[in-house]
Amino acid sequence: MADILYRTHPLENRRAALAELSGRVEGLTVYPEDPVAAVDLRVDPAGPGADAVGRALGTALPVEPNTWTHTVDGQLVWLGPDEWLVTSAGADPQEFERELGWVVSAYDGSAVDVSAQRTSLRLHGGLARELLSLGCALDLRPSAFPAGACAQTYVGQTVVLLLALGPDDFRLFVRQSFAGYLADWVLDAAEEFRAFP
Amino acid sequence: MSRVHGYGRIDRGRMLTFTFDGRTYTGHPGDTLASALLANGVHLVGSSVNLGRPHGISAAWTEDATALVQIEKPFPEPMLQATTVELVDGLVAHGVNGQGRLADTADPARYDRKHTHTDTLVIGAGPAGLLAALAAARAGEDVVLVDDRPVAGGSLTGTEVIDGRPALGFVADVVAELARLGVRHLQRTTAFGQYDDGFVLALERRTDHLGADAPAHRSRQRVHRIRALKVVVATGAQERPIVFEDNDRPGVMLASAARDYLHRYGVLAGREVVVFTSDDAAYAAALDLAGAGARVTVLDVRDTLPREWAARAAEAGVPVHPSTTVTGTEGEERVRAVLAHGVDGSVRLPADLLLVSGGWNPVVHLFSHVRGALAYDPELGSFRPSGSLPGVIVIGAANGTLDLAGVLREGGGPDAPEAGPEPARTPTKVVWRTDGDPGRQFVDIQRDATVADIGRAVGAGLRSVEHVKRYTTIGTAHDQGKTSGVLASGITAELLGARIEDLGTTTFRPPYTPVAFAALAGRARGSLFDPERTTPLHDWHVEAGAVFEDVGQWKRARYYPEPGEDMDAAVLRECAAARSGVGILDGSTLGKIDVQGPDAAVFLDRLYTNMMSTLKVGRVRYGVMCGNDGMVLDDGTVLRIDENRYLVTTTTGGAATVLDWMEEWLQTEWPELRVHLTSVTEQWSVFPVVGPRSRDVVGEVFPELDVSADAFPFMSWRDTTLDGVPVRVARISFSGELAYEVNVNSWYAPALWERLLAAGERYGITPYGTETMHVLRAEKGYPIIGQDTDGTVTPQDLGMSWAVSKKKEDFVGKRSFSRPENHNPLRKQFVSLLPIDGRTKLPEGSQIVELCENGSLPEPPVPMLGHVTSSYLSAELGRPFALALVKNGRARIGDLVHVPVNGALVQAQIGDTVLIDPEGARRDG
Amino acid sequence: MQLIHCPWCGPREEVEFHYGGQAEITYPERPAELSDQDWAEYVFYRDNPKGPFAERWSHSAGCRRWFNALRDTHTYRFLGTAKPGEPLPNTQRNTEVRV
Repeated sequence: MADILYRTHPLENRRAALAELSGRVEGLTVYPEDPVAAVDLRVDPAGPGADAVGRALGTALPVEPNTWTHTVDGQLVWLGPDEWLVTSAGADPQEFERELGWVVSAYDGSAVDVSAQRTSLRLHGGLARELLSLGCALDLRPSAFPAGACAQTYVGQTVVLLLALGPDDFRLFVRQSFAGYLADWVLDAAEEFRAFP
Repeated sequence: MSRVHGYGRIDRGRMLTFTFDGRTYTGHPGDTLASALLANGVHLVGSSVNLGRPHGISAAWTEDATALVQIEKPFPEPMLQATTVELVDGLVAHGVNGQGRLADTADPARYDRKHTHTDTLVIGAGPAGLLAALAAARAGEDVVLVDDRPVAGGSLTGTEVIDGRPALGFVADVVAELARLGVRHLQRTTAFGQYDDGFVLALERRTDHLGADAPAHRSRQRVHRIRALKVVVATGAQERPIVFEDNDRPGVMLASAARDYLHRYGVLAGREVVVFTSDDAAYAAALDLAGAGARVTVLDVRDTLPREWAARAAEAGVPVHPSTTVTGTEGEERVRAVLAHGVDGSVRLPADLLLVSGGWNPVVHLFSHVRGALAYDPELGSFRPSGSLPGVIVIGAANGTLDLAGVLREGGGPDAPEAGPEPARTPTKVVWRTDGDPGRQFVDIQRDATVADIGRAVGAGLRSVEHVKRYTTIGTAHDQGKTSGVLASGITAELLGARIEDLGTTTFRPPYTPVAFAALAGRARGSLFDPERTTPLHDWHVEAGAVFEDVGQWKRARYYPEPGEDMDAAVLRECAAARSGVGILDGSTLGKIDVQGPDAAVFLDRLYTNMMSTLKVGRVRYGVMCGNDGMVLDDGTVLRIDENRYLVTTTTGGAATVLDWMEEWLQTEWPELRVHLTSVTEQWSVFPVVGPRSRDVVGEVFPELDVSADAFPFMSWRDTTLDGVPVRVARISFSGELAYEVNVNSWYAPALWERLLAAGERYGITPYGTETMHVLRAEKGYPIIGQDTDGTVTPQDLGMSWAVSKKKEDFVGKRSFSRPENHNPLRKQFVSLLPIDGRTKLPEGSQIVELCENGSLPEPPVPMLGHVTSSYLSAELGRPFALALVKNGRARIGDLVHVPVNGALVQAQIGDTVLIDPEGARRDG
Repeated sequence: MQLIHCPWCGPREEVEFHYGGQAEITYPERPAELSDQDWAEYVFYRDNPKGPFAERWSHSAGCRRWFNALRDTHTYRFLGTAKPGEPLPNTQRNTEVRV
């Protein structure tokens, strides 16, 4: 037993299969991303609370539905008209919740640590859109879903928070309990792209 | 062999071997099973479903009503159309006699779906569709073109001239330009249904034609889900037969089909050919077959012959008889002679092939699927689109335009290429049937449904063609009445002496052609059938040999059998450990909702039956939620985290429902409340540590936590840390034992679980599953919402009046408690039931009855007093016990009732729900 | 598969949405003062018109927000959607018919 309470990635047991797939299929790279601190933030987008958050994070909250922006070490993702997912690669989850909570509580907002609520799967390469189109009903043509776009929608039978990071680069946040399903779905769908053995 | 040289687009350089009805034949790439059979002189394919009459090949594509085959290799598939099965080497098939047979092994093929968005979707790659796709692509639109044939070109046979060139050369040029323009062009792809908002489903057959070369990783069939701003329906037309006596015989075929067999497959379907027509198009078939070496006679219903066609026929030595009808056929397994009646009386014409043409039916299915209006066109003798739909246009033969020049114009607009000269058209004479025995005049050949059947339907008083079709089953076979539908309308009208347009039109419904369930399921099979939700400890449970149960989509460990244990033995062991030592459960699936904001307390007071605003920070309260109808919706615990923050837990199955319910009230009814709700179900993993030794285990793992009863009483929570990781521990008990629920960020769940197990080892800590959890809670009379309740049970029925606030002026459901029905003394109430024999585990769901004073059952219908909701074996009680809902149950404690079990009546006694530690001393310890 | 226009997220497939029944049914001010019949009207009785009908929908798989929609119960077509508190398209509604 380790001395420090160790972390386990929800997709630890799929890592090898996803790596094998990525090695095999040109134009497709899939891997579980390292967990980050994440806070579900609620605040009135038109009020001073939103400005206060923007100042605290150094980036204004995106108010355009289904878009996201960068912060110094994370992302600000639109989830709803007064709801965002705020991530930080560097912060401690509980500290992050406390800091943001302190900012928004004065404005009747809320901040909830959801770092372990979702996990993320990264999907990039020339076949990434094609793969997603096998399970996602959204119009993913670059003109309709460019870098900076995001959406909460279905992939297969699970809801994901889908982010376009670049032209062929996607991040899929998925509820931790559905992560295994999503990974298995990706592995199965990607069979299509395997060359002859 | 019926293969003729100089015809067809098959690859004659390669030979394919196949087996049909036990005999081996050869064919070529490019053949269908039907064309290969005809090439080998095989006309008899199977027999009809009801009457067992011989059936042959009556068409060349999806409209065929007769040639159903069972495929055995490469994989068993029942009832496919021989006319659409592409021939591959090693194919084994036989004709269907009656019904097909499903495979008894799992289908190893892969199936999937793909979503596509486009500006314009063109359905049909015939001349109209190709030009429409080209025009849209040249205009810069994003275009998808789908077509059900293996190659583009639609009904073009290759004899036509377009733009001064042979038609197929023109087609090849357009296809090449479409590719250059980036059009997504899919052949072997049948658009089988159109739905709202430009949504079209299309089935692509991706591997069957590759035979043994088909790559296993590729999906065999793919359902394309296409969303288009504009849908162009260019699906062509299908030839309509004319009904006559014994028209179901092998060797009776649509005229255009024989032409297709000749030009596409190089097959001359007969040598001695009679063509029976009321339309010009059959002349092309007659002349082409004559040119390929057949002896052809044309019988034209019409008194006026098409002048130019008649002249060409005379030139080719093809006799044409006007004003002549076919009245019957002779032959058994193939037509031997045609019986006809003309101006000179009746004749018998020897023939091995009888071609029929009664005009054309536009393929309007995809337009009709989205409620596009159809109107009967008396000149066409069929239904065509009338009126328009936003975003959908119908062009070409599908729109009732039958001349090539017109088709090209509708597809290509003003820039459309020229068609070669065509003979002037003489109007089609609309004829549904000729004279003869209506009992042998087949309207829907596949269904053995005759003119006599329509007569019976009409005689029974049916007038609507929709009713006639249901009565006679016409149009309900695999071909969905492609050839029989309009005939049925026409004959019905004739029998009623009514006009077709007054009988109502048929509405076509998807699918246009049969679609396998496997294709619709796509990859949602096996473990991907329904998402399996797992907790962070799932791998541990698997490793520990857990037997899982499905709770909604969750996979939960049900029990952990040791070698030789069945479920009963394992659960008795697990229960005993939790009651006498210490047990541990993975409770991570519990729903958890963070409720935050200045009005959080007000909000919860309105939703829970009990008071949450008075809960102190650091404390926990059990809460019940009801619907407006006063019935219990869910229950759980509420932790007050600080003045403006609560953590609410829900049942595993109720998590999503409860969050939705809370959001609905908040957003739609009380938007003024300053509260926010966030699901944290997966954020926190939860491990109840349960039993008299739980304090020892928890105290050891969390040295900074004072676990004494005074410092950390029942129904309170405390925060602590482990190696710097925050941990929340709550004294909540769903077992009636001393218990600590340990909550941690799910990243650390496996690590913390292992720590707890390690610390508990010397106390014999026993992981237990949901079955033990259920037994422990039932022994304490704690209900499971959704198992012990069914949406008709109030908190009062559950004996939980203590959880219903009398101080609050209102909360959701309160007003319903005073409705008269809720004071009915015969409402079912929650009680326990102990079988007197001490042995029988009463089956859950069993009814409860009462005997008369003389010990006999009351007269039927026997009054039902209630039913068993939960039933288990108890290690603690050393006997089986049950929970039940019983009419007026609490007033009847001590009464004896009976439960029918396997045909015998088992006596049981009604009791209080709490069977263990009624004072709660253990729990509070 | 219809598209439903979420007032925030735009057109999405109908499987992303959850139906919430008739719109504009407000919780009674003082339920305790209602007769049993009036309370039953609120809890159990809803209009069932043929034609345009104001409904509540939630974009449950997306932004989780409730909104109002006007839908023709005869054709199933959505005639318009609006954020709570904002007006629905001004179409003739039949709210009287009960079947």
